[in-house]
Parts: sequence; C-alpha cells; structure tokens
Amino acid sequence: MTSQAAAAARGVPAPDAVAPARRPDPMLPRPFELQRTRRDTHDTYTLELAPLEGGPLAFASGQFTMLGAFGMGEVPISISGDPTRPGPLQHTVRDVGSVTHAIVTAAPGSVLGVRGPLGAGWNVLAAAGGDVVFVAGGIGLAPLRPAILEVCAHRDDYRQVAVLYGARTPMDLLFLEDLGDWAREYGIAVEVTVERGEEDWEGRVGLVTNLIGRAGFAADRTTGFICGPEVMMRYCATAFIEQGVAENRLRLSMERNMKCGVGLCGHCQLRELFLCVDGPVVTYDRLRPLMSRAEL
Amino acid sequence: MQTIGQYLAEHPFFAGLDDDVLEQLAGCATNVHLHPNEYLLREGEPADRFYAVRRGRVSIEVRKAAGRPVMLDTAQDGEIVGWSWLIPPNLAKFDARATTETSAVAFDAACLRGKCEADPRLGYALLHRVTQVMDRRLQSARLRLLDLYAVEAEA
Repeated sequence: MTSQAAAAARGVPAPDAVAPARRPDPMLPRPFELQRTRRDTHDTYTLELAPLEGGPLAFASGQFTMLGAFGMGEVPISISGDPTRPGPLQHTVRDVGSVTHAIVTAAPGSVLGVRGPLGAGWNVLAAAGGDVVFVAGGIGLAPLRPAILEVCAHRDDYRQVAVLYGARTPMDLLFLEDLGDWAREYGIAVEVTVERGEEDWEGRVGLVTNLIGRAGFAADRTTGFICGPEVMMRYCATAFIEQGVAENRLRLSMERNMKCGVGLCGHCQLRELFLCVDGPVVTYDRLRPLMSRAEL
Repeated sequence: MQTIGQYLAEHPFFAGLDDDVLEQLAGCATNVHLHPNEYLLREGEPADRFYAVRRGRVSIEVRKAAGRPVMLDTAQDGEIVGWSWLIPPNLAKFDARATTETSAVAFDAACLRGKCEADPRLGYALLHRVTQVMDRRLQSARLRLLDLYAVEAEA
C-alpha cells in the first residue's frame, strides 16, 4: 500500500491529496463563518470556523491556511484541529498584531477568509511502528496538536509516544485538558516545563530541551516532531542527535514570513526552499545546513 | 532493602563509578525525606549538604526583595541539587525547596570534601560530573535569557 493510500485508509488526507491547486484560484479566499472563539491564555485564542459553502476543509496535520480578516489582511496560521474527524476548522491564534487582533476579536457570525490548506505537513504516518516524540515550545503545541490527535486515533500503530512541552510561564500553557487526556486515555508520556515558575507551581522549571534525554525512547526507531521558536528547535534537534536519532527522522515546522502561500512570492524563501510549499514541515537533514547559516 | 551504595549505582549522576568509589560516597550519605516547602539549602548559608534526588521535585529559586520566590530551575528524580559544597567559600547561592514529597540521598559536604582531597581520583570523578550539570544549567540559563517564547509582532 502506498503511503497515500494508507493515509486515506486512516481517514487522513495525504499532503499531496490536499494540495492548494484543488481550488481554481489559490489566491481566492474561501469564506468561513466564525462559530466560536475560546480564550486559551491571556493572548491566545482558538477559533472554530465553518465554511459558508461546501464541506469541511480536509487537511493533513501540520498544514496551515492563510487566514484573513477582510479589510485588514491575512496571516499564516497552522490548523490546530483533528484531521481524523471532519468538523469545524480550528485555528489557534496568538494576538500579536493588527490582523491577528482583528481575527481573535471578531464576533461569532463574522466571516473570515481562508486560503488553503497549504504546505507540507508532518507526515505522521512515516513514524508508524516506532517511538514518537513530540516537542513543542510555546504556541508550537498548536501545529503539533493535529499530529498528536492523529497518533491518538491510531495509537496501536505506534510504540512509546511522548509529548514534551515547554512554555514561558504556567499561565501560558495551552490545551491543558488535552494534555491530561493524552496521558490518561492514550498512555502518552506528557512532560511539561516552564521557563519561569512561582511559588505555587509544582511542575518542572527549565528548558524543554532538557526533557529529551529523559524521555526514554529507542533512538533507532524514533521520529521527533518539533515545533517552536527556531533557536529552541535547533537545540532540540541537537539533543535528539546526541541521543542517536537520525537527522532525517527529525521533522521541524519552520515559521517564516509567508505571503502568497503557494510558492510564488518568495517571502518565505530559505535558500532553495519555499517554506510555504516545501514546508512548513521539513526534515532536519535538509534544514541543518540552512538553520545555522547567517542571513538565510 | 536497597543500600545507599546500590542505589547510587542506579542514579544517572553516579553512572560509571566503580563499586569501591560508590561505597566511599555512601559512607558520607544518608537517606532523607522532605515534605513540600521544606528547604534543602538556603541562600547565603553554609552549603553543608549535597543531594541526589530519588523521587519528587526540588525547586532552585531566588527570593525577590519583597515578593514571592522565583523558581529558576527544578531538579527531579535522577538529578542532583547543590554544587556550592565543592566551590569555596561553600555557601549556597540559591534556595532549594522541595515542591512535592521528595526522597533524596543527602551527602555530608565536609565528609565528601575530605574524601575528595584524600583521593584525587574520586575528586576528579565528582568534579567531572558536577561540571556537566553546571554546563547544562548554564546553557539553560543562557537560552532562557533570550526569552524565546515572548511575543513577536506580525511580519
């Protein structure tokens, strides 16, 4: 069975099957109605959107959309929902500027524009049969959430699974309910750390990188999925390699200034890669020479 | 029942040390149990103990002038707390407080220093291990100075 056929059999569209070329004009936003906004932290919100026409948006974990507030602009936002269950399109958005502010403060019933799904996803299926370690930093848990949910939906296909999650403070932690569910219901080792804690915090304080050496995986059969600030991802990759995990089994989600989302404008170019189409998820063997080079 | 020497052989910090070295170390050690909010070390006070955490969690923290303590790092099972016992003037630089029920092996610092002086092989082995912990925590502190998860405005 090809990986695409296997993915389809699991109800997960393979990245190739959801290429942006499905729509006649990839630059044309599709109108979605905002159904609900949930405040996750002081500056981060999860939105649920339903298409005004047509069925739910099929996507592969790790893909993103260009999410737009009409009259304000659009921004690349990873999809944070469950790729194995058709339903509202979920986006987790941090309020950091004028466009994201317009998006997170939009009233239910507002219409937002969606282009996508775009880009190459996590390709979680490639990790089947082995150990899986997800490492998330900050809002990086949002792009990883679909991949974790995909593993949960097919838990028997994977051996040891760990989610290592670092945030700035306890108040910045996302998806706390999910973290508990993943540990309780799916036997996933969930380890959380924060960079700064106060007296009443009973959890870990320190870098998420330091959790990798304690995760107890078998290096030769492990795939690492990493999402967070670029410096954090680089150090995480180094920590995995020190444990013996091969570079081509490390998948990183790269954040760049994506504009067109379809490989035309070059805003997201990283030397030979256009991250909106070649990424955002790229294996570390391709990224290593690029990430440590100045001015790329 | 497991002896301290047997336990130390399983603790990652002491991995690779010969049995006779572990026995020397065990001669300076006792088992301790700490309840939440009990202090292992206090900033400015003599660093007369060094701890290998067996179970639980210890917060390394600093007291703000008029506020609550800020947690800088935590150490949990398989990790150690304290290196000031090895570095003159042997005063603790930070507070160390149990945040959960914690079991640890506590080493008497004077006893340990005496054995390190008498046996440079033991001294080097411990120093080698302590510097690895220091390196990891220094890297952690440097990276956290970057405040990587802070908000970056839209491009």
